[in-house]
Amino acid sequence: MRIECVGGGPGGLYTAILLKAGDPSRDVVVHERNAADDTFGFGVVFSAATLRGLEGADAPSFERLWEACARWDPVEVRYGGERIRARGNSFAAISRHRLLHILQERARELGVDLRFRDEVADVSDLMDADLVLGADGINSRVRAHFAEHFRPRLTVEGSKFIWLGTTQRFDAFTFIFTESDAGRFQAHIYPFSAGVGTFIVECSDDTWRAAGLDAVNSDDLAPGESDHATIAHLQDLFADHLDGHDLVANNSKWLDWTTVRNESWRHDRVVLLGDAAHTAHFSIGSGTKLAMEDAMALADAISTTTTLDHALDAYVSARKPSVEGIQEAASESLDWFARYGRYWGFDPPQFAYSLLTRSTRVDYDNLRQRDHRLVDDLDRWYAARDGRVPLVPRAPAFDPIDVGPTRLANRLALVATPDDGAVVGMPSSQHLDALVRWADADAALVLVDGVAVSATGRATITDAGVWTDEQGRRWAEALATARRGGDARVGLRLVHAGPRGATQPRDRGIGRPLPRDRAWPLVAASPVRWSSTAHRPVELDVGDMEAVVQDHVEAARRAADAGFDAIEIHAGHGGLLASFLSPLTNHRDDDHGGDIAHRMRFPLRVVEGVRAAWPRDRLLSVCLSASDLEPDGIDHDDVLAVVDQLRANGVDLVHVVSGQTTARSRPEYGPAFNARWSDLVRNEGSGPVMTSGNMPTVDDVNHVLMSGQADVCVLGRPLPALPDWLTGTRTAERVDITTTTERTAGTKEQA
Amino acid sequence: MKVGVGLPNGLPGVDPTMVAQWARHADAGPLDSLAVVDRIVYDSLDPVVSLAAAAAVTERIELVTSILIAPLRETSTMAKQLLSLHAMAPGRLTAGLAIGARGDDYDVSEFGQATRGQRLTDQLGRIRQLEEDGEVRVPGDHPPLRLLIGGTSGPALSRMAQLADGWLHNGSPPRLFHQQVAEAHAAWADAGRPGRPEVWSMAYYALGDTAEAGRDYLLDYYAFTGAFAQRIADGLLTSPLEIRDYSQAYADAGCDHLLLFPTVPTLDQLDLLADVVTSATSTSAGTDQPAR
Repeated sequence: MRIECVGGGPGGLYTAILLKAGDPSRDVVVHERNAADDTFGFGVVFSAATLRGLEGADAPSFERLWEACARWDPVEVRYGGERIRARGNSFAAISRHRLLHILQERARELGVDLRFRDEVADVSDLMDADLVLGADGINSRVRAHFAEHFRPRLTVEGSKFIWLGTTQRFDAFTFIFTESDAGRFQAHIYPFSAGVGTFIVECSDDTWRAAGLDAVNSDDLAPGESDHATIAHLQDLFADHLDGHDLVANNSKWLDWTTVRNESWRHDRVVLLGDAAHTAHFSIGSGTKLAMEDAMALADAISTTTTLDHALDAYVSARKPSVEGIQEAASESLDWFARYGRYWGFDPPQFAYSLLTRSTRVDYDNLRQRDHRLVDDLDRWYAARDGRVPLVPRAPAFDPIDVGPTRLANRLALVATPDDGAVVGMPSSQHLDALVRWADADAALVLVDGVAVSATGRATITDAGVWTDEQGRRWAEALATARRGGDARVGLRLVHAGPRGATQPRDRGIGRPLPRDRAWPLVAASPVRWSSTAHRPVELDVGDMEAVVQDHVEAARRAADAGFDAIEIHAGHGGLLASFLSPLTNHRDDDHGGDIAHRMRFPLRVVEGVRAAWPRDRLLSVCLSASDLEPDGIDHDDVLAVVDQLRANGVDLVHVVSGQTTARSRPEYGPAFNARWSDLVRNEGSGPVMTSGNMPTVDDVNHVLMSGQADVCVLGRPLPALPDWLTGTRTAERVDITTTTERTAGTKEQA
Repeated sequence: MKVGVGLPNGLPGVDPTMVAQWARHADAGPLDSLAVVDRIVYDSLDPVVSLAAAAAVTERIELVTSILIAPLRETSTMAKQLLSLHAMAPGRLTAGLAIGARGDDYDVSEFGQATRGQRLTDQLGRIRQLEEDGEVRVPGDHPPLRLLIGGTSGPALSRMAQLADGWLHNGSPPRLFHQQVAEAHAAWADAGRPGRPEVWSMAYYALGDTAEAGRDYLLDYYAFTGAFAQRIADGLLTSPLEIRDYSQAYADAGCDHLLLFPTVPTLDQLDLLADVVTSATSTSAGTDQPAR
């Protein structure tokens, strides 16, 4: 078998080594356009997992590499004058120059034909080989030659970066965040040999321009020439961290980060690997590491599969999905660096946590597994923000919080399912029993969803309401029972379903319209149907607005009389108030349509009215869809403008959700899927924020709280199922009080 | 967790007259359901016709479409077929619907691929409506037809949560399944539905020294996915132990009903699976005893 490899970087060389070592009868040729020792760049980082792979794939090269590596454990975050370290990682790094030397030497020993200063002018000249490897880097010629088959996509991500070295000693993977008049800069630093470290500086395009760093055009510099004006500037900027040491240049100039993706990695006998196939932002891991992992996957596929055809498919199927996973994490990471200005001003522990967990591959739970002392310290910091430093660390979910005038004993909330058995708005006894159980579930805040402010404001025909005094009394009775169990703050979520009204009970689906003869007339900002099957609403007449405001006010008064601690006005998910806020559903040309100041007038009237009627010492929340999750919906600035006005009108808590503005919204339901929106509202707006959506465990909540994305979280439904042995104990409790008292006491002691 | 078996209607080498025999054998136990797959441009038997044949020779076992590519079909006639099947195998049908993955099935159809997602959403609501309004009526007495939706994308989960009774997952390593179940539950809660969705999933098996034939079938059946076909073929369950481990992991991750599809069209594949399920049931009954 003859194998032609285009590119003699680490990926190409390592593939050549593994293929030749696997079967010495193979003819392996590597074409490298540069000279053997003609290399750019500083260090290359490997994770523990990659090192294990390298050891298994080729022991002789691994041993030399291991000898030459610098190794360390911590990640250090320098921000706001503090240095925070996270341990429990395992890194090794080597100079790129040394790595290439080791790989070249090993390839020669095995009999690989290494051809330097050998630029492949026309890839088709190689096509009589059995296998052609495109390992020729980010500007791959092989990829370009077969572009119609590989279908590459190159994305310039809007971040500027420059590779430098430093003689300053660093003993951790270090992130430095610093600020100048022009904006913020961050450095990513790691040691790779005694006395030298890689020092990558990155900033946004805007900052780069504002700092005048665009004075030298990178394209005007000769190959190998560095941008010395920039280096002098950065030397100064990071002086506090360099202790007089220099930043070292080696072909150093500003570059635009470009993400490379290919629809396909294989065409006929040609496969791509390394940067030619994919790039992932350096904040997640080095491209060299990925290239060498590609090499291992390819060699493994060829040695374990009967035909080359299957082997190349096997390589792609083994490797492409995991690389795409890494690219996804890298894009989360890039996104974090693009938005961290929002977190500028966080206390250092929270900023560090946010950075360490940015790619969503690390969360509260596995950060604790890596470095429990750090997470204990973070827990203490979280709890100590009210001035008292707890000796025993407590997870953020169990930290109390003052929301307006209301103290919540912890940061967990539950939203109880809407009633599916109410008769003309009168809550069913089943529903009220459920309320009593939820109030006893140890969440500090319990909200009952779907409580209509009027008969025509109901979503379904079986929704409960609070539009009559009799309904108010039923709620009061249930609440009195609930109070005997738990000490949760209990509230009603007041809803006017607007265009989502007049639907059938939820047991067989939502949004299923009632037959015409049983449907009530619907109102909305504009006559826009919620879904293709929904009844069409009529535009809410200005003359009828006051009545709707009064419905909300009366509902709030009844909730107050019934003794509820909280109410939440639902202005999200496509209901009547939401229909005013979104440009997708508000097409009015009167004073209530147009820009956001006008679109929010009516919802604000409702909030104002309710605030006046609702006791000042009880919690008022408003629920809002911070994105419509469809094109041309409400934008960030509009959402922040609404939140601003809500705060000004005495709203204590903003509950941030997303979507359902119409049935066309395209949600994703990944972990804590609304937290990115509550993050926006909390950190670009102001005041306490609650979020909900796919947080089934307390650790999911801890993560959202610790990273500063929200202040209170709605724990996911359904509540975890209880095992038989636990429910068995509970049943016994009811049957025989004396024995269970003893049993409970025993259990507590054991715990 | 219930465990069902696939009918061999999607296996090119199958003897078409054996399908009914397979169904009759399966009805004898211990499997809970018989499931069919749907492909148009492929050497396979129609799913609804196959289930009708199965209905005629069975009395106990549940019947499942897993899945039916609904957007390829006219809605009222599809509703009539499904309700008829549900009447002739009284109350035993669960209809799993999805958009399907293959472009060529749409290429030969009168319905386009571009709008298939929205079309499926509309069809889902419409089947319910036709049944409830009695516009499409069938004789007999049976509970309402249960509808499942397949797919793991956000829009698929949203569709499922809004209008279906449950979710049909397309098979994946158990750890990934666990995360996807959490998403299905979250979609359900986000839509304001009470309770939780019923969760179904599926896997492929080949027992008794037929692993290679099974993998070859999967590589062919999923050839349109390109390199991904190899991954699916690698996931083939080829021993009783693998089937038990996989089932246990799925049960632990919140699966209510697991469908195991044959990849080799011989009747002994059904018997071999029945043996695995029988022994698994008796073992687990044994270990449960002391705890109670």
